[in-house]
Amino acid sequence: MLIETKHGSCPSIRNILLLDSEGNRVAVKYYSDDWLTNSAKEAFEKALFSKTQKTNARTEAEIAMFENHIIVYKFVQDLHFFVTGAEGENELILVTVLQGFFDAVGLLLRGTVEKKEALENLDLILLCLDEIVDGGIILETDASAIAGKVASHSVYEAAPLSEQTITHALATAREHLARSLLK
Amino acid sequence: MVYVMIKELSPSADEVIIVTSSLMKDMTSKTDMYRANAIRVLCRITDGTLLTQIERYLKQAIVDKNPVVASAALVSGIHLLQTNPEIVKRWSNEVQEAVQSRAALVQFHALALLHQVRQNDRLAVNKLVSSLTRGSVRSPIAQCLLIRYTSQVIRESANNTQTGDRPFYDFLEGCLRHKAEMVIFEAARAITELNGVTSRELTPAITVLQLFLSSFKPVLRFAAVRTLNKVAMTHPMAVTNCNIDMESLISDQNRSIATLAITTLLKTGNESSVDRLMKQITNFMSDIADEFKIVVVEAIRSLCLKFPLKHRSLMNFLSNILREEGGFEYKKAIVDSIVILIRDIPEAKETGLLHLCEFIEDCEFTYLSTQILHFLGIEGPKTSDPSKYIRYIYNRMHLENATVWAGAVSTLAKFGAMVDGLKPHVFVLLRRCLFDTDEVRDRATLYLNTLGGDGAVVETGADVKEFLFGSLDIPLMNLENSLKNYEPSEKPFDISSVPKEVKIQPLAEKKAPGKKPTGLGAPPPSPSSTVDAYEKLLSSIPEFANFGKLFKSSPPVELTEAETEYAVNVVKHIFDGHVVFQYNCTNTIPEQLLENVIVIVDASEAEEFAEVASKPLRSLPYDSPGQTFVAFQKPDGVPAVGKFSNMLRFIVKEVDPSTGVAEDDGVEDEYQLEDLEVVAADYMLKVGVSNFRNAWESMGADFERVDEYGLGPRDSLAEAVNAVVDLLGMQPCEGTEVVSPNSRSHTCLLSGVYIGNVKVLVRLQFGLDGPKDVAMKLAVRSEDETVSDAIHEIVASG
Repeated sequence: MLIETKHGSCPSIRNILLLDSEGNRVAVKYYSDDWLTNSAKEAFEKALFSKTQKTNARTEAEIAMFENHIIVYKFVQDLHFFVTGAEGENELILVTVLQGFFDAVGLLLRGTVEKKEALENLDLILLCLDEIVDGGIILETDASAIAGKVASHSVYEAAPLSEQTITHALATAREHLARSLLK
Repeated sequence: MVYVMIKELSPSADEVIIVTSSLMKDMTSKTDMYRANAIRVLCRITDGTLLTQIERYLKQAIVDKNPVVASAALVSGIHLLQTNPEIVKRWSNEVQEAVQSRAALVQFHALALLHQVRQNDRLAVNKLVSSLTRGSVRSPIAQCLLIRYTSQVIRESANNTQTGDRPFYDFLEGCLRHKAEMVIFEAARAITELNGVTSRELTPAITVLQLFLSSFKPVLRFAAVRTLNKVAMTHPMAVTNCNIDMESLISDQNRSIATLAITTLLKTGNESSVDRLMKQITNFMSDIADEFKIVVVEAIRSLCLKFPLKHRSLMNFLSNILREEGGFEYKKAIVDSIVILIRDIPEAKETGLLHLCEFIEDCEFTYLSTQILHFLGIEGPKTSDPSKYIRYIYNRMHLENATVWAGAVSTLAKFGAMVDGLKPHVFVLLRRCLFDTDEVRDRATLYLNTLGGDGAVVETGADVKEFLFGSLDIPLMNLENSLKNYEPSEKPFDISSVPKEVKIQPLAEKKAPGKKPTGLGAPPPSPSSTVDAYEKLLSSIPEFANFGKLFKSSPPVELTEAETEYAVNVVKHIFDGHVVFQYNCTNTIPEQLLENVIVIVDASEAEEFAEVASKPLRSLPYDSPGQTFVAFQKPDGVPAVGKFSNMLRFIVKEVDPSTGVAEDDGVEDEYQLEDLEVVAADYMLKVGVSNFRNAWESMGADFERVDEYGLGPRDSLAEAVNAVVDLLGMQPCEGTEVVSPNSRSHTCLLSGVYIGNVKVLVRLQFGLDGPKDVAMKLAVRSEDETVSDAIHEIVASG
């Protein structure tokens, strides 16, 4: 379900991709009807990856135009983050989303942002994607808020999260998990 | 996590009663996160009925203290607006309250939802924007939204007010000084995209964008360059201040930024900076991909057309890059640019042609070589010293492949034909070709013979030139078909008989040959144009076989209303001395079989016509069309007109629908058909010409007739134009049958061929005289003055 964003209305995101250093998927979410089949999505990812492979997007977010979309991207270690928007979209809004996603993942993986960690905590990453954009509309761009929401999902018993730090919340989550496994 | 799963699966509401009930419980739970997520999931999987149940909770959620819950409800509302807009519209009050919320993103979502709900109500949007521009907007992203809505309001109100400053322009300008970069950029972009923006209004926006150009963040540079590129298309002067910054961007790491910078500079550059620009671009071209290169080439072309004096350096640049590596599309773009420059800038012709010659020495694309050779053939003879190019052309005949050889020979011959001084030399070369391969030898022989093989310096006849080098107006498909249909016989193939119109639809009128009465012999094979079909049909009927050549067949004219028992339409075939009416009859009654169907034609109102023959249709069963013919004689070559009334006469037999067997006895019956007319337009074939002006000039004014007519009051200019075009039955050329709305005058160019194979060209000038009256000036040129007079007759009496 995607809002028809004509010029002069809500900024919308077309997809968010997290690929590894060879262009394979780690976690992706599409919010647009431009890629209906899985093969179309994979073709897009492959083409996008090969186009941006040689650029250096580690210090600052880079930007490119590709197939009538605007794509902002950032690389860290062996992970590549991409956010795609429409051609007429405000590029700076896309960068804010990218930065939010990037920092939130950094918080959730507790600093070690690399492919192995990401795959082991795939549920957190997917939750993170869910909390940033809902059906193309931006829900949240502040990294700590996103990470907070994600962490609170893994807590079964509710305690207001705003009183706990993220690490504490994650520790509580682990405890719960261990307890339920032992039952 | 479960919520995410449910959303991904998105089942329909009736499948998930259990899930929905537990989700509804979650909506009222104490945990905010559960509430938020439950709302989002429910709204994704819900339908109208369920929605009314949970509406109460959703409304509460919108004004909930927890921003996460409120945002979830609002965003779900935006999605639900697509499917259940009426329900969402009832929440306006709550949404309005949410807009005032303190939480940043809640305001953003509420604003988005409110705007979506009210976007068709211009006044409401206006009020919304005014209240918020004065109030406080708490998040940068909401500010961006507001800027977008503001520009929408400006755009819509611009139609009404023309005075002074736009409304809200101050707000946009104020946003240029906001803290967040995204707001600054959004405001700058909005200002540049205003309708009819002035330089004064643009200045603050451009200043801000200029600052972005030198930012260390690639995204900012890209955004700024892209916007400036768009502005440069309409206001190049405003962007010139940024030129210095943009020149440094040419060497940017990010290739998209660099290309955008170059193309902007090319649009805003002035003459003095062109040289400097060219130097920088030369280094740049090797770095970028083909698709970018094509963009740059096109920008260079427009630059050269803007500054024709600089053609030398720009042409040098183009030929240099032509020599480097590159794909077909890229080289084609360069060649096209050079060709356009040669055509539009006369001083550049010599250098341009030489560059092209050097290129074909080394070109790997046959298409380009032949294109250039052809172009050389057209432009080369007009230069001051055509002999220069002969060497290049002759070289082509021995290298490369067959297509290029053929092109080269043709071009050589063109040089020989157009430039009399070169003829002897060309002949020597052509004679040498006689020992070469097929394509070359055949063409060389043709040219040698037609151009006068004695090698003397003689004036080449104009018709020879036309024959060899004139354009073939006939579409290739039709020529191919006519050649296929032509049977080898004594009579040579007549190229003027090839129909010149392109038939877009395949035969819809194909008769069912198998149902014909047995007297006709083998049914005609299926040719691929309607005209051929008719010709075959008519020539296979012995009575009509000696009428001569078919001049024209009109499109079918209905003689019965729709939904009648018998559907009949008629096709009028015009020959030199005869007219044949072909009646296509269809029997739509399953219980009847018609036999001996003929049409009784009453020609009392058409004195010049005399009936000579008629061909009855032996049997017309249900739902299979058949033809019956009636032929009239008319004075030869005279476009006689007349009115004919028709009556269908037949023997009808009852058919038993279950067995399909007809009774033996039948009853005679008649069926009145509508009248049909033979008009002057029937004698005119619609034949278009590709270049009306050339044809008009070459026709000469010997048989020109000009006259003026008042057409009286008409509904509109377009209606008058159409009426006259239909009356004359000629082909409008060059799209002149389209009248632009609200125009007070129109010129229409028509061409056709009149009976007796006389080419006719008509120029009509229409003018609106007063509110409704249309006046028309008719100029006719043809090869026969009686025809010109006849055309005027038609108009005068029509």
